[in-house]
Amino acid sequence: MRNVGIISFAQSRYVRHEAKRSEVEMLLPVVTEAVQASGIPKREIGFTCSGSSDYIAGQAFAFVGAVDALGAWPPIAESHVEADGAWALYEAWVKIQCGQADSALAFAFGRASMGSIADTLRMQLDPYTLQPLGIDSVSMAALQARALLDSGKASERDMAEVAVRSRRDAKDNPDAQLKGDFEVDKILAEPTLVSPLRRHDCPPISDGAAAVVIASEEKIRELGVPAVWIRGIDDRIEPHQPGVRDLTLSPSTKLAAERAGGDVASLDVAELHAPFTSQELILREALGLGDGVRVNPSGGALASNPIMAAGLARIGEACRQIWSGRARRALAHATQGHCLQHNMVCLLEGE
Amino acid sequence: MSAETEPVKAIVTPTRLEYEFTAAGTHADFLARIAEGKLLGSRCSECGMVYVPARGSCPRCGVAIEERCDVSDKGTVTTYCVVRVPSENIDLKLPYVCAHILLDGANIPFFALIQECEAEDVRIGMRVEAVWAPKEEWGATFENIRYFRPSGEKDVPVEQLGDWV
Repeated sequence: MRNVGIISFAQSRYVRHEAKRSEVEMLLPVVTEAVQASGIPKREIGFTCSGSSDYIAGQAFAFVGAVDALGAWPPIAESHVEADGAWALYEAWVKIQCGQADSALAFAFGRASMGSIADTLRMQLDPYTLQPLGIDSVSMAALQARALLDSGKASERDMAEVAVRSRRDAKDNPDAQLKGDFEVDKILAEPTLVSPLRRHDCPPISDGAAAVVIASEEKIRELGVPAVWIRGIDDRIEPHQPGVRDLTLSPSTKLAAERAGGDVASLDVAELHAPFTSQELILREALGLGDGVRVNPSGGALASNPIMAAGLARIGEACRQIWSGRARRALAHATQGHCLQHNMVCLLEGE
Repeated sequence: MSAETEPVKAIVTPTRLEYEFTAAGTHADFLARIAEGKLLGSRCSECGMVYVPARGSCPRCGVAIEERCDVSDKGTVTTYCVVRVPSENIDLKLPYVCAHILLDGANIPFFALIQECEAEDVRIGMRVEAVWAPKEEWGATFENIRYFRPSGEKDVPVEQLGDWV
């Protein structure tokens, strides 16, 4: 295995609705900042991979349009995943492992505000038995939260505390969208949105983009830049049909962490991609995170939830914790699908 | 499944997603300008290429484009195709011609319809001009230009069309 490190991260300021700029115009400054910060001349980046969904853009081949933000002339080696940008980073990491590149750019973007995102995400369900039910992504998360509450492993208060901590921590994150001081008791007095979820248990709708540059150890030594090393990375998926899963557990997260070489005892920080408060509680248990691990200092997906970029942003935010000296070892997690169906764990370490 | 059960051969699952697309940035600038009867391009500060419709980034250089410039509504055919098959929603007499037109002042061709001439008379290097809808019908839409037609000017020699043919 080659040692691979992350050398730069950039993201947009997440907003409820990006009205003034097209996707390419939103993406360009983010990609440019990440590439410039890496110290690698743009034309020398060995591989580029993006994560996005045309369902969110509402346009076929919208992902091809994103190439306009790259300056793909002379032509570049490029790929795309119809997945969160964390999986674009994974493909880039594999490319470097295979010796086909020494550096790579992974980026992701989405303007969820253009449609009804809860309905768009419904399109991930199988069209024969689940889609005709009309159940959307918030309702799916609510089913999971109900199962968790009924199991007795967590309470509505535990969920509200996740919301309060996330939005409070987001106050220190200039890129975060939904932040501020809220009170658990006031949240619990509010009506439910989709029972048992209240508004505060759900993520905001966010438009935005994120990008990272990774490189091999040889390339990083040549550049002389501070890297965050990817010590392990793995992803695991569970069955599509939610009825066959125990929704209160996340065995795929647990297994991905083990395969990534998970030693949670010495972690300082975990950036968990948990769009719903109940999902953070499930992930903490699956990963065995104790009180010594600070969870989502960025505010997480409860503060900014750029669909398709939120997982990649967790990796980037974990890197920021390490670069700033607030952490030495961090775990970053990304998810996609309904009810935490598909999970990635990435273990990161500073110099 | 028992022998007498008819297999389910099809199900119908109606699906509908609605989007609210707002023309942002340079798209909006282009549409605002075409509502005034002008074609807005943008010029890359690194390579000098002029793109039309205007775009916010240069796909070659990967940099933001700030400079805007109008380009002419006259141009030169760089390539074309003759359409001989009918298609839904297009109410045109067959055969008709779709062409790439390099507008004067632009560096990438513009896709448009050519009318008011026989299909076999269209050729690479032919000079054409936009035929606009009556001004009172103009809006922020491409439909302000009905089509292009031969301008009657002398053809541009193919060798002068450089990279575009």
